[in-house]
Amino acid sequence: MIVQFICRAILLAVPMLYGTTGEIVTEKSGHLNLGIPGVMYVGAISGVVGSFLYENACGNDIANMNGFLAVIIPLLCSIAGSVIMGLIYSFLTVTLHANQNVTGLALTTLGIGLGNFLGASLINITKSELPSIALTKTSSFFTVKLPFADDLGWFGELLFSHDFMTYLAIIIALAVTFVLNRTRVGLNLRSVGESPATADAAGINVIKYRYVATCIGSAIAGLGGIQYVMSYASGVWSNNAFGDRGWMAIALVIFALWKPSAAIAGAFLFGALCNANNYIQGLGTETQELFKMLPYVATIVVLIITSVRKKREHQPPASLGINYFREER
Amino acid sequence: MAKKTDSKKEPLFHVVKRDDMPAGKAWLIRIAAIVFSFLLVGLLSMAITEKSFGETYEIMFSGVFGRLFEGKTTMLWKYLQEIAILLCLALALTPAFKMKFWNCGAEGQALVGGLASIFCMIQFGSSLSYPVLMVVIVVTSILAGAIWGIIPAVFKALFNTNETLFTLMMNYIATQIIAYYVYIEGGGSNVINPVAYGNFPTVGNNDYFVNIVTVAGITVLMYAYLRFSKQGYEISVVGESQNTARYVGINVKKVIIRTMAISGGLCGVAGMLLVAGKDHSINTNLVGGDGFTAILMSWLGQFNPFIMVVMTAIVIFLRLGVAKVADTALLNHSFSEIIVGIVILILVGCEFFIHYSIKFRQSKKEVKA
Repeated sequence: MIVQFICRAILLAVPMLYGTTGEIVTEKSGHLNLGIPGVMYVGAISGVVGSFLYENACGNDIANMNGFLAVIIPLLCSIAGSVIMGLIYSFLTVTLHANQNVTGLALTTLGIGLGNFLGASLINITKSELPSIALTKTSSFFTVKLPFADDLGWFGELLFSHDFMTYLAIIIALAVTFVLNRTRVGLNLRSVGESPATADAAGINVIKYRYVATCIGSAIAGLGGIQYVMSYASGVWSNNAFGDRGWMAIALVIFALWKPSAAIAGAFLFGALCNANNYIQGLGTETQELFKMLPYVATIVVLIITSVRKKREHQPPASLGINYFREER
Repeated sequence: MAKKTDSKKEPLFHVVKRDDMPAGKAWLIRIAAIVFSFLLVGLLSMAITEKSFGETYEIMFSGVFGRLFEGKTTMLWKYLQEIAILLCLALALTPAFKMKFWNCGAEGQALVGGLASIFCMIQFGSSLSYPVLMVVIVVTSILAGAIWGIIPAVFKALFNTNETLFTLMMNYIATQIIAYYVYIEGGGSNVINPVAYGNFPTVGNNDYFVNIVTVAGITVLMYAYLRFSKQGYEISVVGESQNTARYVGINVKKVIIRTMAISGGLCGVAGMLLVAGKDHSINTNLVGGDGFTAILMSWLGQFNPFIMVVMTAIVIFLRLGVAKVADTALLNHSFSEIIVGIVILILVGCEFFIHYSIKFRQSKKEVKA
């Protein structure tokens, strides 16, 4: 029971972890991308389109499918889709100096619209009876487990029974932590986010860093979308199923205080909170609805605590949300 | 910007900020952007319907206005009603934005306003007389929205807590409270049947008349409030510079909390209009994302309520019209979300050409001469 609860929490946590890691990379460059929910939708649907085409090309027969291609095609499509979204965002905010909140929200509208439109179109093409599209064959390649997981009892289930995207999410989060804190590129990126004018004077190409950080961040976030479809939903895309996980990911950035390594624990806690209502005995359906607000309440509490304590290392990047224009001071 | 540090070549062009563009010329650029986006919408719609440009727009007009020329006004009223709600939310957000307070919580503030309305309609519907009941509904809805707005404002004023995310989270808390209430009140069916009490009166066979007139009134009042009142002036000073505001003796904390009470209260009104004036019921999707679209409307309206009227009219036209186009092509309605997203991005992008100008490189000789 407890093992099952923890595994479920991890499964719920992974899409959020991708979104959060991506958003942290972007925010470290000083850009608050509120388009992440839209980016994750686009990442998911691009991957779905890719795997749909590949499954069709193989005649919908799992025997013809190459495991490596079945995984890499959706992943590459997903990255391509979300990088395009990242490029739109950075072109508007970095080059055209458009307001970041407004651009991000418009991008979310666009992304969710694109996801639902393409999803509905695919459902139309397959002439499916259900309002969803099932890519269970591709999903089966995504959810391959480590061979020795089942032999180790609860220990194995807890640590080794997850799909490879779960481990990838943790690796990416740790790698981002390393790059941000231990490398020159990370130092430059942080300085761009704290004080772009100083960084510019020191010879750092602020525009390049902001473009690249936004696009990489979007790519990572988009992976969360495809992970959700392939692992959590077992390859079934239905419109609006992804819900508000993108906003949760943005909330998690604050919860984790802009640290990807802390985001791993934060995402897991959010997953547990999202899921707690199913595992506490004797809750009526109506009380369950109230329990679902726990992650949001937790975020607000963290927001308040960090703003009251005002510790220097717990603050957002100093120029977050402010566009940089060299000739303005 | 093209920049090469290793050579001494001048960049091909550089961008210069300008504040001197005459208002007329700025609007010419904005109108050009709107015309451009309508052309683009037409082309994209043509691509999916495989009909001519004119026919596509004919379908869009029929989707918005219906058979208006044959004297059938049903669709027109529906169009005006949708404008009214989006406009009401945009107006509600405007004082907060002018103060540089990013209220992303219109959705939740409207939801709790609607919740207050439906609660009064169900609890007191049969016991209070109609006028008293209406007063109770109006007061509680405004109060509920205002409280939902004041909570993040207090923390912003006291501790400078990030309001964008605070208000965003408040949306989801409101959604869950409504899910809870709907479950209890609907007896587990997740549906509350339309309540017969406390509905706005129908004027001349028209359900939405009261909603539309209310929002028209709010538009004028909001314009006057921001433009001519002392409080409106205080809002713009706080928005420009909190230090200046403190220096001239404005109580910044008070202004933040008061402005968010107004902002949240007006969102509560929008929720009330939706519940008492339209649905007579409630569900978690009551506002349907309009709280977020309203943020964009307020921004595109340049804090001017009358421009917001035009912007919301355009966006609702696209939403209804393109949905009809998608219908005729047997496609999903989300096509209209894509279109609205693209058009807003174009309009946001066009501001660049108003606030900045591009100077191309001139050859050295010309500079010397």
